[in-house]
Amino acid sequence: MTTTAAAEHSVNGDTGSRRFSILAGRDINRETYVEEWAEAGLTVADSPYDPQPSLRIVDGEVVEMDGKERADFDALDRFIADHALDLAAAEEAMTAPSHQIARMLVDINVPQSTIRRLADGCTPAKLCEIVRHMNVLEMMMGLGKMRVRKTPANQAHVTNWRENPALLAADAAEAALRGFAEIETTVRVARAAPLNALAILVGSQTGRGGVLTQCAVEEAFGLRLGIKGLTSYAETLSVYGTERSFVDGDDTPWSKAFLASAYASRGIKIRFTSGTGSEALMGYAEQCSMLYLEARCLLVTKGAGSQGVQNGSISCIALPEALPGGVRGVLAENLLASMLGLECASGNDALASHSALRKTAKLMLQMIPGTDFICSGYSAIPKQDNMFGGGNFDAEDFDDWTVIQRDMQVNGGTRPVREADAVAARRQAAQALQAIYAALDFPPIGDEEVEAAALAHSSEDMPERDMVADLAAADRFLEGTANLSDVVRALHRGGFEQAAANLLEMGRQRVAGDYLQPSAIFADGFDVISAINDRNDYTGPGTGYRLEGETWDALQRIPQQKSPRDFIDAQVGEPLPNLAEINTAKVGATANEIVVAVGPAYGRSLVKTIGELDHEEVLEALLTGVAEEAFYGRVVRVYHSADCAAIGHAGARLSGSGIAVGLQSRGTTVIQKRGLAPLNNLELFPQSPSLTLEIYQAIGRNAARYAKGLSPLPVGVKVDNGARLRLIVKTALLHRREIEDIREKAPQELYFRWEPEV
Amino acid sequence: MTDDGKEKRENTSNGAYPLYGNRGDTLSAASGRPLRDLSLQKTLTEDISSEDYSISAETLRAQARIARDAGYPQLAQNLERASELTAVPNETLLEMYEMLRPGRCSFEEYEALAQRLREEFNAAATAAFVEEAAAVYRERGLLRRELE
Repeated sequence: MTTTAAAEHSVNGDTGSRRFSILAGRDINRETYVEEWAEAGLTVADSPYDPQPSLRIVDGEVVEMDGKERADFDALDRFIADHALDLAAAEEAMTAPSHQIARMLVDINVPQSTIRRLADGCTPAKLCEIVRHMNVLEMMMGLGKMRVRKTPANQAHVTNWRENPALLAADAAEAALRGFAEIETTVRVARAAPLNALAILVGSQTGRGGVLTQCAVEEAFGLRLGIKGLTSYAETLSVYGTERSFVDGDDTPWSKAFLASAYASRGIKIRFTSGTGSEALMGYAEQCSMLYLEARCLLVTKGAGSQGVQNGSISCIALPEALPGGVRGVLAENLLASMLGLECASGNDALASHSALRKTAKLMLQMIPGTDFICSGYSAIPKQDNMFGGGNFDAEDFDDWTVIQRDMQVNGGTRPVREADAVAARRQAAQALQAIYAALDFPPIGDEEVEAAALAHSSEDMPERDMVADLAAADRFLEGTANLSDVVRALHRGGFEQAAANLLEMGRQRVAGDYLQPSAIFADGFDVISAINDRNDYTGPGTGYRLEGETWDALQRIPQQKSPRDFIDAQVGEPLPNLAEINTAKVGATANEIVVAVGPAYGRSLVKTIGELDHEEVLEALLTGVAEEAFYGRVVRVYHSADCAAIGHAGARLSGSGIAVGLQSRGTTVIQKRGLAPLNNLELFPQSPSLTLEIYQAIGRNAARYAKGLSPLPVGVKVDNGARLRLIVKTALLHRREIEDIREKAPQELYFRWEPEV
Repeated sequence: MTDDGKEKRENTSNGAYPLYGNRGDTLSAASGRPLRDLSLQKTLTEDISSEDYSISAETLRAQARIARDAGYPQLAQNLERASELTAVPNETLLEMYEMLRPGRCSFEEYEALAQRLREEFNAAATAAFVEEAAAVYRERGLLRRELE
């Protein structure tokens, strides 16, 4: 057998590594990893075929860009050259060394506006060259500064497999309550769109007035929904980085720009969609890196006058993540969007990984710097109900998010909610939609359906509906004359005054159009914030967005948080009646005694161990163990210290045999011998939550055996790795309670009214 | 969570923004209905059309000025085209978008569209945009005949 064959055998056969076999079964190894292949566009940030930056302007017209003559421009080049580039800034931007602009991005002394001006004069290749100099930490610094809106936010997805309207409304209400500034729905069946859009509109405005909503469907259909007043924004205006991909997407930069204007003409906020990997997936990457093609997308987006973009690979995310540097590339594209002054909904959207660790690691790149929308769609529903195809984070991760926000003092755009509040909002939203369905003569929503929606987790918890009838109603609604005011009237008549007022306010805000400005959302109270009045002014520590004040108070107050007082309720109690202090303890004269030295609070202000064993029973167990070896047990209380080693040390000094058991109130125990240094000992039992009465008895026994000069087998305690994690707060509070009872007083002899049964 | 924008925001030179708060009394919907008349009371008692809660051309132009002053010229141009398109009926708007998609029209049809935008809707900026598109479509083979 050759060496190679032997190696293969060890990998494949029974003699393979058990460790590698376990690794192979891990979530991280359910993903796909592929080597770069530039010719197929399978390279993230740097293809040998990527153009070099260049720009030549003659008489106010771009005649050469990134190594290509104007005569050779494709449609995208033309659009970028004529609409996106700020020619006044171009000379300075294109002659400035790229690494210098990269350094400005991380230099807190260079304000956002300076970089914005330079970026506006950069060609796609130049933009790429700048960010290629940066590592992820530097990109995060840049993103924190370049983010358009000072206040970060988040967007939710609300869909369900059954297209159940009551559930859509309830989930939208909960998402609104959880702080999402925008909510996006879509459809399993396209015709359901008008009623799905209506459901999340009503639901969101029940949860929190001012949440913007959209329904992702085919472009023209989406516009129709907006015209009807059912949506307030649209973001699935997809653009691509090569002409052929763009055309395959059935658009051109001009048609997309027209669509953007059409939406704006009806008062609807728009955001384009792009993202690494789409061109390679469509087969027309033209040998360029994903980042270079994304830079082209972003300049088309800007040139078309879109106020923002959702990028970060979106539904293609698994493709860059299969390649080296994919997650860095995605961060780079978020940064480029922000540099160009585009509101950035930064991905973290479609399912990107099986591994919770990998998902979270990637999330940090956007969550820590903060983006305009951390997720361009956080699945505020379980994955199986997500009609966008999964959701990297879903309803089951809500608490993980609020805890991470609390850990880092970072606003990830969500807030903790209490169950009662969530259920109330869900119920009200479903009832509000029930009233509308009744008023508009849609297939009725029953009371049991409302109640199911209030308490549901997923559409599996919902009763069946007649989908055919719902779709017919959706068709009638879209074609009919009923509009937003009919919905407002129905809500008001049904007694849903606040929802009616909020829906009307959405209509009124549409007339004003303030949310068409860059990065606009509504804070509480329909208070519009955007690049115009909430411009990101980060210039280093102490500037820009800070999570503090009321918002920080609200984000840290998760329902799982308890008052410190509540942690040691079980341990606090009245002094044991059968444990009495006699006098100052003296050194014992007999060699067959063991001292059990307890802490200052033991059996007095604290009466149970952390494992909730009664102090009385613990003493009984120890003394029984001592008695089994025909030794006498003495009990003393140490007053001068709450430390286990010090308690044991003091006990050993008083013990006639020189052996003592030191016992803290929380149950931590040591077997100590006179003469040993305080932090040395015979046996130590730090895992107090794992100690049982049987173990305490064995400890008593061993103490006596040491006193006899024997070498007993140390008492075995099972190791519980999670104990410290679960109980550290309790441990700290119990210790603090013990310390409160420390006195400047010598150890006291205790009389424990109890006789061993042996 | 976004409820802390209020106390942290800065005053920009663009004092008109937000129009809702600063100029709400002067705003009217596309239908001409003043914003102050788009109240709950009126919604309950009067006939309210979709145009009553649609943005007007004038307001879009005002938002365009705000965007331009804040350093977003392309967004300003978009909002200016949008202000022109407020005059275009819903169905026509959808048809025009469809026409601009690749491979849909001949060069002459785009010329006619541009002319219609100018003459029927007074939409000069959008018309010029369509003409520009047509010229590029012709060069890049994106007109109807050439794709077939």
